[in-house]
Amino acid sequence: MFYIQQLINGLALGSIYALIALGYTMVYGVLRFINFAHSDILMVGAFAAFFLAPGIQGIFGPESIPGALLIFFFSALICALLGVLIEMLAYRPLRNRPKLTVLITAIGVSLFLEFTCQHKGVFGSKTRPFPTLIPAQEIHFGELVVSSNDLVVLIVTLLLLAALRFIVQRTKIGTAMRAVSFNPQAAALMGININHIISFTFALGSALAAIAGIFYAMRSPGIEPLMGIQPGLRAFIAAVVGGIGNLPGAALGGIVLGVIEAIAGGLPGVSNYRDGIAFAILILILLFRPAGLLGKFQAEKV
Amino acid sequence: MERGAKRWFLVAALAATVVSLFAGQFNRYYMGVTIDIGINIIMAVSLNLINGHTGQFSLGHAGFMAVGGYTAAKLSLLFGAQIPPAAAPVFFAVILLAGGLVAALSGLAVGVPSLRLKGDYLAIVTLGFGEIIRVIFQTTESLGGATGLTGLERYTNLAWAFVLAALTVYVVSCLVNSTYGRGFIAVHDDEVAASAMGINPTKYKVVAFVIGAFFAGIAGGLYAHHKLVLKPDGFDFMRSIEFVVMVILGGMGKTAGVILAAVILTVLPEFLRGFADYRMIIYSLLIIILMVARPQGLFGSWKTARKQAAPTA
Repeated sequence: MFYIQQLINGLALGSIYALIALGYTMVYGVLRFINFAHSDILMVGAFAAFFLAPGIQGIFGPESIPGALLIFFFSALICALLGVLIEMLAYRPLRNRPKLTVLITAIGVSLFLEFTCQHKGVFGSKTRPFPTLIPAQEIHFGELVVSSNDLVVLIVTLLLLAALRFIVQRTKIGTAMRAVSFNPQAAALMGININHIISFTFALGSALAAIAGIFYAMRSPGIEPLMGIQPGLRAFIAAVVGGIGNLPGAALGGIVLGVIEAIAGGLPGVSNYRDGIAFAILILILLFRPAGLLGKFQAEKV
Repeated sequence: MERGAKRWFLVAALAATVVSLFAGQFNRYYMGVTIDIGINIIMAVSLNLINGHTGQFSLGHAGFMAVGGYTAAKLSLLFGAQIPPAAAPVFFAVILLAGGLVAALSGLAVGVPSLRLKGDYLAIVTLGFGEIIRVIFQTTESLGGATGLTGLERYTNLAWAFVLAALTVYVVSCLVNSTYGRGFIAVHDDEVAASAMGINPTKYKVVAFVIGAFFAGIAGGLYAHHKLVLKPDGFDFMRSIEFVVMVILGGMGKTAGVILAAVILTVLPEFLRGFADYRMIIYSLLIIILMVARPQGLFGSWKTARKQAAPTA
């Protein structure tokens, strides 16, 4: 019973990780670098919702579904714009430079967002309570207690995954994304505007991060400018565990990580090491499958 | 470099010792920052052996610093009281060495399995090991748990920091410039070609990792007896990033550049103290601007950067 309970908690946590991991993995797919600033975009998403909530709830009434949908939509929009802006200003000038340079720039952007948001003129560094967006209830199945928020998180994640799969596999822009990820030069020769595709990828990933950020904020006691670091790091691990650059892999990795973490967090004696467990799993998986769970191993061509 | 290295080493060591004799006359704050510079030089130069010369992207250097720091600190807390003041320098040298050796051992333990991975994967695994090390310290009660170790003796002074920094620079540059050490650069330039020439890339990588970890451990011991408080939070992954930024800013594999970058990046946040709230914002902006404007590092040559940028596939 205990394990089933933890499994449900883990699934909800894991779907949040999965949503964030998708952003990492999509950006890696087209640009081949780890976008460290992604974890801060999810923080901005949570703060956007925090500031939008009073206004929107004033119109639609507190805890109303249309209000919540609007809050999610506008936060996702703000983050999508932020993601595109970051890519244009910081990453685009470095497009043809060594990947390490871009990685350090990404770290710089991440620090910049964190410290700027911590400044007292912006968000300030103290923790603020996150408003209730959706009415929360506890649903009892026999001995099992499921929070309705967890169910919402799970369902929304599944819907978003399906939508993302549709975009990537069936639409024109999704096909272009896959082409750029496969071979940017050849894609450009085929008349694909690489800059547009990369901007679109950042917008999509950042929007997902915003939604994940709001979900994460709903589960945590409050929001503060450094709240993105921990889930961001986990999601990043999830992306690598699933095979970075691989979309189903990122989703799978996120859910696996969330479930293992929730179960480990509930075990006495192990719970203290919770923060280390995600990394231990990562290392174990990479040692046996160096390209991740669903990644393909590519031999180096000489 | 190697011809002059020994002379530079002696000059630096002598200068540090002489200056530390007058340490009492210096402002304590400047003194502290100067010692920080020495410690950061050790960290940056040892990381440069792994990231710069050997081309393996490690993001867990602060973890090895923590291992060395905690080893030295625990030893000095256990035995420090029984040591007569006259024997204190010898004792300090021994515990620093012990810290370095334990860090080197942990480097071996981390390096052997993880150095089969490449690029981003290696980066994330080393990051993971760094975090695991931190979590272990955080949860081990005999090592102070989350509050850390306190009540350490102030053994570190200018001479210790800079003599050891000079030693690190000397050892790393002599190693890289030796016949054996050319292997590190060969592994960095082209792993496949290097192994075709009879160089065992994995062995070289592990050696670089272990030596790098050893010096990081020594720096950790110095740090512990400089700050007098050792907290697990001080060794999180942001700390590792700081050292990586030093190496990249200095130009990967350029020892002189990396030393200068370590100095600049230690002093810069102190200079920006006047701007209080804006300090870290400016710091992070500078990282971005420097990377966009001079991706080869402040002191790297443009030619090598262009060569690296060329498509390899």
